[in-house]
Amino acid sequence: MAAIIDIKNLTKNFGGFRALDGVDLQVAEGEIVVIIGPSGSGKSTLIRCINQLEEHDGGTIAVDGHAVQKGADLTAIRTELGMVFQSFNLFPHLSVLRNVSLAPVRVRGLSWPEADARARKLLERVGLKDHIDKYPAQLSGGQQQRVGIARALAMEPKVLLFDEPTSALDPEMVGEVLDVIQQLAKTGVTMMVVTHEMGFARKAANRVVFMDAGRIVEQGPPDALFDTPRDERLRNFLNAVLSH
Amino acid sequence: MSFFDAFLNWDVFVQTLPLLVSGLTITISLGLSAIVLGLAGGLLLVLLRLYGPTPLRQIATGYIDIFRAIPLLVLLVVIYYALPFAGLRLTPFTSATMALSFVSAAYSAEIFRAGIEGVPRGQFEAARALGLNAYRRMSDIILPQAIKLVIPPITSNSINVFKDTALASVVAMPDLLKQATQAQALSANPTPLISAAVIYIALLLPLVRLVSVFERRLAAKGR
Repeated sequence: MAAIIDIKNLTKNFGGFRALDGVDLQVAEGEIVVIIGPSGSGKSTLIRCINQLEEHDGGTIAVDGHAVQKGADLTAIRTELGMVFQSFNLFPHLSVLRNVSLAPVRVRGLSWPEADARARKLLERVGLKDHIDKYPAQLSGGQQQRVGIARALAMEPKVLLFDEPTSALDPEMVGEVLDVIQQLAKTGVTMMVVTHEMGFARKAANRVVFMDAGRIVEQGPPDALFDTPRDERLRNFLNAVLSH
Repeated sequence: MSFFDAFLNWDVFVQTLPLLVSGLTITISLGLSAIVLGLAGGLLLVLLRLYGPTPLRQIATGYIDIFRAIPLLVLLVVIYYALPFAGLRLTPFTSATMALSFVSAAYSAEIFRAGIEGVPRGQFEAARALGLNAYRRMSDIILPQAIKLVIPPITSNSINVFKDTALASVVAMPDLLKQATQAQALSANPTPLISAAVIYIALLLPLVRLVSVFERRLAAKGR
């Protein structure tokens, strides 16, 4: 089966800092890949390169067979990639409903009634039926992030990218967001999730990828990675995050 | 002559009022056209400056710098008195509208730029990640937020443009100030000038107050 995301020898520098140092990663359709690693290991940069919020310096990325590069039709590629951000990045001047229905109208060409109907359905699915006419500032962090997820889903993307979706949340709200993501994982959509939530990684992932210093150090099924880590850096990382 | 006879002479006021009213309508139409054109020009300039291809970007930057450096009165005199030598003869109204809106566009562009740069990075990223094209990113996501941020300085700038319409009296434009000075000459009494000053204040004072209200509201929301 062809990989829906195919990354080869990817490099990215920020000034003199090498954020990605030759990353190879293939993600199959329907796969849930969770990326873990210490801060600055390049995991966020990796998924931000996939939809070109960061331009990579070397190597290749293909999404569903289309090369992601300068001059490519990024709109077409981004349409197939839903992104959920650490800081939600909801549009504060638009209602919750419009946050979700805007892009389907502007990019997919849906009519407003069609897009609003789709948005209502999605917002209901993430448990926000009673909040559709509110504005983002009126919602809690957990609610905002669920709107963020609905907004990404409304484009019916082939792949969902999550960039530390729970890192900006108060602890009591992490669960409600992870629940939503876990439900999504069961629907067969392809997902790449950068997270520090090891419990979530173990439960939801088909494959866990451990990154350090811009490289993929170790990857495999969650049980193997968490129970019998081979690389010393992974062992140290797991000790550090699981010991508290 | 008593103070009231000299400066607040009722008979003179009533006699010269029609003149002042005709001047006022010209001042208002000049002010409004310059404000609207200045805002539109400023928006165009800032988009070119921030997102245009390199040559246009440089031209926009050069324009913004030059038109913020040139004194408005000098520009007005150049347009009205110098351009005829190049075969371009403009009416006082056109000259004044051009001078005012050219300069206002440069200031508006800088104000809009501050607004656009005040919109958080994540907003640009979310808009890009959703696949919105450059036009939609601006029209639907960035500008509505940027303009909200700069309503106080844009209103302030509009007040300045409106005040500067008085400079047009230099190029024989029969605006409020020009009519008032003429009325003073005719009646040999300064009451029309005092009236004109009061009219300017009455017109702009509410707007000045409004800026403070906007600013307070924005500050409260920012928290």
